[in-house]
Amino acid sequence: MANQGLLGSTIARKFAMALSALFLIVFLLQHMSINMLSVFSADTFNEVSHFMGTFWLVQYVMQPILIFGVLLHFILGFILEYKNWSSRKVKYANYKGSANASWMSRNMIYTGAVILLFLGLHFYDFWIPEIAHKFVEGKDSFIENGVADSGYRFYHELRHKFDGDIVRMILYVVSFIFLGLHLNHGFESAFQSMGARSKKYTPIIKKLGTAYSILIPLGFIVIAVYHYVTQL
Amino acid sequence: MKLLLKIWRQNGPQDKGKMVDYNVDGIEGDMSFLEMMDVLNSQLIEKGDEPVIFDHDCREGICGSCSMFINGEAHGPGRNVTTCQLHMRSFKDGETIFIEPWRAEAFPVIKDLMVDRSAFDRIIQAGGYVSVNTSGNTQDANSLPIPKEDADLAFDAATCIGCGACVATCKNASAMLFTSAKISQLSLLPQGQVEAKERVINMVNQMDLEGFGNCTNTGACEVECPKGISLDNIARMNREYLSATAKGKK
Repeated sequence: MANQGLLGSTIARKFAMALSALFLIVFLLQHMSINMLSVFSADTFNEVSHFMGTFWLVQYVMQPILIFGVLLHFILGFILEYKNWSSRKVKYANYKGSANASWMSRNMIYTGAVILLFLGLHFYDFWIPEIAHKFVEGKDSFIENGVADSGYRFYHELRHKFDGDIVRMILYVVSFIFLGLHLNHGFESAFQSMGARSKKYTPIIKKLGTAYSILIPLGFIVIAVYHYVTQL
Repeated sequence: MKLLLKIWRQNGPQDKGKMVDYNVDGIEGDMSFLEMMDVLNSQLIEKGDEPVIFDHDCREGICGSCSMFINGEAHGPGRNVTTCQLHMRSFKDGETIFIEPWRAEAFPVIKDLMVDRSAFDRIIQAGGYVSVNTSGNTQDANSLPIPKEDADLAFDAATCIGCGACVATCKNASAMLFTSAKISQLSLLPQGQVEAKERVINMVNQMDLEGFGNCTNTGACEVECPKGISLDNIARMNREYLSATAKGKK
């Protein structure tokens, strides 16, 4: 029987989901770590953000990979969900999903959809203005040294977005809770999809996944709440 | 024990089907679930009604024939049991019990609670075998040294009875636990190594062709499997498939 080719089979698609998930997991760790600097030092946060915003490897290699990873992850996620949905068109009259699987594992499509909606808001808030600033308006962040519109404008921008805007703060916090729920299953699931499972390492991966799914969203929540509360 | 049964009735593959209520009385706690169904069917036959059609054979948990989705779970609320091993003492007097067939596009309903599980047969036919000489000069399997751990893992995988509870309970109707068990039971042993790469690709491809869903690692299959087949088998199948694909096996 012929091979189904790239992404043709169930397992290949799951592998692609897992690979993009692990990339996004690493990305979230660095994103949270850098953002956390804003709580402790505005200058350090600006310095690091400036570095990330101008270093060619991040801008022209990692950023396109990240965009591709995000697109692949959610498009493939919806394709997989549609296939799964169509594999059982007549539903059970009585189905007790909670008897044998966690809520997180059964609702990845919904937690993922909330995160996707949040990405829309997040891009509107930070990424689109940043791209417009650099690539549309063509402002060179190395030359300008003003406050709000310079290469070191990042801290000001972050503070400005959470200045008295309780709705934005709540939307961010709720989204991060959904991110935690998504990661709680996604972390260990990614390893399983790649076939990485053993009696020795799987319990460690599970604990690491639980810790990661709590600490990373909690870090983001602390950042959002800190910048809102300190401007009241 | 009195019970209200809500049972899926469907005249044939093309019929739309519906849940029908039945009251049964005189059910003992020591009866198996299938014996309770027998009591119901006797009552229906006495009344001149059509009995409820369901699969059953050995009634001791090894044939994999019985297949009922009871109160939202494959083979009902018990763990490591098939429907025939489920006893009525697991239910309360006056309880309402939902009884449905396995639901999956790959398992079309034949009639009432009986579904067509030949998709599993076709997955096996695609590669779930070893090509050995059976001309009479076959080497004694015991002459091949096999590590105890591998032999145990292969045996664990081989205990899969192909009942389809994994598909029925999976929210995606995925057949990965079944397929991975049938791949593992052979690939863990030296006799299965020769065709290991072709086997995993052919069986996974057939599984996809049958219309089963994708595994999302919820782990529900492992919990509901009457033989306790482990998710380790799915991870092994993923590894073997990815490795075989990377090596360009067709």
